[in-house]
Amino acid sequence: MRDFSYLRASSADEARQAATQAGIMLLAGGTTLLDLAKCGVMEPETVVDITHLSGLGGIEVDENGARIGALAKMGQVADHAGIRAAFPAVSESLSLAASAQLRNMATIGGNLLQRTRCSYFREPDVFPACHKRNPGSGCSALGGVTRNHAVLGTSDTCIASYPGDLAIALVAFDAKVELGGRTVPVDDFFLLPGNTPERETVLERGEMITAITVPASAAAKNSTYLKVRDRQSYEFAAASAAVGLEFEADGRTVRDIRVALGGVATKPWRARGVEQALIGKVLNAETIETASRLAMEGAVSHGANHYKIELAPRVVARAILKVGGLA
Amino acid sequence: MTRTIHLSLDINGRRHDLDIEPRVTLLDALREHLALTGTKKGCDQGQCGACTCHVDGSRVLSCLTLAAQVEGRQITTIEGIAAENGELHPVQAAFVEHDAFQCGYCTPGQIMSAVACIREGHAGSDEEIREYMSGNLCRCGAYNSIVAAVREAAEMA
Repeated sequence: MRDFSYLRASSADEARQAATQAGIMLLAGGTTLLDLAKCGVMEPETVVDITHLSGLGGIEVDENGARIGALAKMGQVADHAGIRAAFPAVSESLSLAASAQLRNMATIGGNLLQRTRCSYFREPDVFPACHKRNPGSGCSALGGVTRNHAVLGTSDTCIASYPGDLAIALVAFDAKVELGGRTVPVDDFFLLPGNTPERETVLERGEMITAITVPASAAAKNSTYLKVRDRQSYEFAAASAAVGLEFEADGRTVRDIRVALGGVATKPWRARGVEQALIGKVLNAETIETASRLAMEGAVSHGANHYKIELAPRVVARAILKVGGLA
Repeated sequence: MTRTIHLSLDINGRRHDLDIEPRVTLLDALREHLALTGTKKGCDQGQCGACTCHVDGSRVLSCLTLAAQVEGRQITTIEGIAAENGELHPVQAAFVEHDAFQCGYCTPGQIMSAVACIREGHAGSDEEIREYMSGNLCRCGAYNSIVAAVREAAEMA
């Protein structure tokens, strides 16, 4: 790990001001930054510790929705009674992510800024080619071992899968990211790799996430996060789905449904095609299975990740069956 | 250019002063600078849990925590959980009772994690213990005995 200087920010403004300079990175839980610094992927000249700032860690839930401070820890949000009641998919996405220790360290703001990364990205010494690390250098994943790579939203420059869980639930329920001066829907916060895979979010230098807001809805209240993976715990998703559902008064016709996918795309992936196919329909095993297949519209296999194209619709279908009371 | 900063850390109720580079992790500060080698370095990348310590009572990975970040916090390591008279912490005693280890390298991290897991209220069943202890890997595969030890300590707590 390259040497760096350490500063403690005394205010959010001071942190933002410092972060306008190249080479200066904000340090919160450190679980991504220090990990990638040890890999030789991140090389900050100075880290500015924001974990001691007050007023950025609150969690508030009322009838209109939730506001989660950027410095709230993943574990605190997962266990928060108000979040569990009004946004079960948000709570579950956090409980099923990382480990208890990492959830005690990692902040909500930092969680959104974890890098979209693959095993080739993490090893610069062994795999020098990576457009994300070094634009124009090539991609070691294309033609490599792609079991964990994305099938949706990929480009010629990058096929790394977005690894987070929380943002999948957030994008399903129209959450927004507060950046101090402006507010951005989570769906727009994340960028597709396109020709600039090194740029993963719309965050500008000198900006800092201050909070996340999630509007209350009947679908968010009746929601779940289903995560399927190679080992039972402490593992990234092979495929995951955040699903929320609201029925009409008849209790069987879909009024509102939200579907987002994790583990299969280069950014948190809202599956609007699945939603539109089910709104106004009576839920049963057949309508669910047919609609769930639409989640993979435009999917591209790179060999070993082909299984995700079969797996993801089944994960979506299982999650819908569960929130529909049909499982 | 090597930069050094002065830190004063509160570890197991004692103050420790040290001059280190800002990039030194809590794990390396404990092991290399303060001779507190009970905390183990496994993967050094946040994947194995061997380095688990408590910061203000909350279990964290010392390999992904800068020592500078925890100045002013209360740090507890495996050396700090037994009683003053040497009597083992109930979780330590339960690990001995259930033979919850083979080589023992992961054990300090397992015990620090288990103490917090019980305190958090996440040790209500074998299934819950397995889920909430999943950040602590045991390459010898002593998991059944570890779960039994945590369950017994949780029932006595």
